[in-house]
Amino acid sequence: MKLRTAFVLPSAILMAVTMLAPLAIIVVYSFLSRGAYGGVQLPWTLENFTRVWDPVYGFIILRSLWVAAVATALCLILGFPLALFIARSGPRKNFYLSLVILPFWTSFLIRTYAWMFILRDTGIVNSALQSVGFIRQPLPLLYNYGAVILGLVYGFLPFMVLPLYATLERLDPSLIEAAADLGARPWDTLVRVVLPLCAPGIRAGAILTFVPCLGTYLTSDLLGGSKTVLIGNVVQNQFTASRDWPFGAALSLALMAIAIGLLLAVRRRGEELL
Amino acid sequence: MKKGLALYALAAYAFLHVPLLILAVFSFNSSRFAVWQGFSLQWYGAIARDRNLMESSLNSLIIAVAATITATVIGTLAAYGLWKRRTRGFAWLSGSFYLSLVTPEIVTGVSLLALFQWIFRFLHLRLGMHTVILAHVGFSLAYVVVVVLARLRSFDRTLEEAALDLGATEFETFWRVTLPYLAPAIAAAAMLAFTVSIDDYVITSLVAGVDSQTLPMVIYALARRGVNPALNAISTLIVVGLGVLVLLSERLRRA
Amino acid sequence: MASETVLELRGVSKEFSTHRAVADVSLQIPRGSFFSLLGPSGCGKTTILRMIAGFETPTAGEIWLNGECIDTLPPYRRNVNTVFQGYALFPHLNVQDNIEFGLRRKQAKDAAERVERVLEQVRLEGKASRRPSELSGGERQRVALARAIVLQPDVLLLDEPLSALDPLLRKQVRGELRDLQRRVDVTFLFVTHDQEEALSMSDQIAVMNAGALEQVGTPREIYAQPRTRFVAGFLGAMNWIGSAGLRPESVCITPQGRNAVVTGVVYLGSFCHVEMTLESGEAITAQISPVNPVGIGQTVCVSWNADDEVRC
Repeated sequence: MKLRTAFVLPSAILMAVTMLAPLAIIVVYSFLSRGAYGGVQLPWTLENFTRVWDPVYGFIILRSLWVAAVATALCLILGFPLALFIARSGPRKNFYLSLVILPFWTSFLIRTYAWMFILRDTGIVNSALQSVGFIRQPLPLLYNYGAVILGLVYGFLPFMVLPLYATLERLDPSLIEAAADLGARPWDTLVRVVLPLCAPGIRAGAILTFVPCLGTYLTSDLLGGSKTVLIGNVVQNQFTASRDWPFGAALSLALMAIAIGLLLAVRRRGEELL
Repeated sequence: MKKGLALYALAAYAFLHVPLLILAVFSFNSSRFAVWQGFSLQWYGAIARDRNLMESSLNSLIIAVAATITATVIGTLAAYGLWKRRTRGFAWLSGSFYLSLVTPEIVTGVSLLALFQWIFRFLHLRLGMHTVILAHVGFSLAYVVVVVLARLRSFDRTLEEAALDLGATEFETFWRVTLPYLAPAIAAAAMLAFTVSIDDYVITSLVAGVDSQTLPMVIYALARRGVNPALNAISTLIVVGLGVLVLLSERLRRA
Repeated sequence: MASETVLELRGVSKEFSTHRAVADVSLQIPRGSFFSLLGPSGCGKTTILRMIAGFETPTAGEIWLNGECIDTLPPYRRNVNTVFQGYALFPHLNVQDNIEFGLRRKQAKDAAERVERVLEQVRLEGKASRRPSELSGGERQRVALARAIVLQPDVLLLDEPLSALDPLLRKQVRGELRDLQRRVDVTFLFVTHDQEEALSMSDQIAVMNAGALEQVGTPREIYAQPRTRFVAGFLGAMNWIGSAGLRPESVCITPQGRNAVVTGVVYLGSFCHVEMTLESGEAITAQISPVNPVGIGQTVCVSWNADDEVRC
């Protein structure tokens, strides 16, 4: 057996077991009916997929797309100037970069909890405002879609900054000099030269942010509670409390289809990750 | 424009770091509320005495170490095999890595749950540490492969040819020439796998058994229940712990 | 004096999916010689080298080393070693470890002595503990040489080893390489596109073009008696007057001879190239000493020795 085949074999087996087999089972389950005590049973049915088209769930999917889009857009708008700053910061680049990377390496869960602590009725913001006399009753800052979006932006900002920085860093400085030479002001250069050349980084960052945001469960559960319903919550629910595995399976496939569809739409030749 | 950018960066960094600083500060608060009432270490004492917390932390550590070692070794070998020659048979493997990175966590979690439940009909097993470790290796693998493969792309293939030319077999070449070059990437991949494993909630909560709680699961339960100052202490410890780990690995990398 | 053949290619061809790199090449390389493969980029010379080393397999033909057919053996089982174009020194090992690399496998007991001896031979004593990044281009090349020579291969393959050096260094290293080859008495198979290198260093040259062998011979034979127009033109500038070929240095500006009008003068330091048009309309270039200048538009007489004419 060739060396490269032997090297690849353990991974192949693992991926087959932990990735492909589970997905295959999900596909099969999506065509079955819900079992009496959870799980699945015959008969085969397409009902799960028609339920996905139900306006109730359709609305939830649209709302999830909207939340993910807003979060991604905010990450892009907030992250680009930061990436620009780091790329132009000269010799201290690595220091500024590690300032972004450091929070990224610490627990995502804890970073989400931090906003719970800050935003809730007895949290920092409300306590401070109340003690100053600005407000009488605590503001309902938590348990709404705004809080969820805030949590998502906070969580995924580094995911956006890193690929943006990587692209900006590789930018040929002589291109910017050429633009200036031809009469472009700094803002013009930014919009007409730098941004278009950053497109690959923007695409990478957007995908790295949008897809996890779309399927978010943790952020929406902690920061939105029962007041927010996104597709990730619904799927999790089907497999636990509601015990409707086939429907959960169908929803999962719908979610994956959207994610993969977006990726294929955004993909360009030569920009592969692997 | 440069000044404006610097000011903005300051605000952005504040946004990123202040929430965690707030947690840290209030972990030393003697009151349970978000109003400062004096310095105290009581919450740290409380978590030290919490048996459940200690046990789940240990579980998390065991899982993370086991999953990291396995994923790093297997993933490095896979990255090398894929880089050596891109035959069509390997296309589905890199496709599955891509799929793994793209699948939302919740879908990975429920599909693994479905797999385990289905398998357990035939083998009399239950969900537990082993299922969690398997799940963690599964989703870490793609990260390891991406990191190591990125490093391999900058590796000069003629170095391998030189080694073969001088009499080393293919495995010896890998071991004596390529692996030393990959060392920093392997370390980075291991760090990534470790962090991803120790912090995972969504997938772990679905495939862990009743008696294999992990630290994220405990934190999550506490967070959902409401005000709990011990959480601030736990959070601070974890953030500092992981932060130190990251800084250490950066130092090692530069050396 | 016939010396034995150490390496033989019999009808070797190499086809890639896009083109044919090597077409039916047969060569016999004598033991202990400095043998060059000369040709333009893409002529197949590097492919031949790689086939001998074992990195490519011939689509047709056989490669025989020391009386043994080696074309099915992997590179690590062939007693040939390569000096790569970029030297391919292992960056994580120092000079000593780089040179010892191949010896480790063979578990040679006298490894340390051999390494020391070869360091002397390439004049790198005292640099054993340096890393490749701390060496100059020329020094790195010598490490690559040492690393291969220490294994005492039957043939040492060199893939354009001088192309990475700057021009001044190149001339100096040419002489050193030639001396080294004689000292260690190893057969060198040298690939280059630079005809000056090939002429100054080789015992024999094989000229290649578009995958095929054009001519094999000593440097003098190849230069003075080229068998094809390609070889003639590749080895140096050539004037074609009718069916006869003439080197510019054979053309003299004399008081008597054929009339020609000077159309250009190129000053090259140690000599001048005078471009002229003959009465019959053909262009001719003469190489003359810069001491007696000629001007553009001037009419002069050119002549040459009939023995210097080349026909092919």
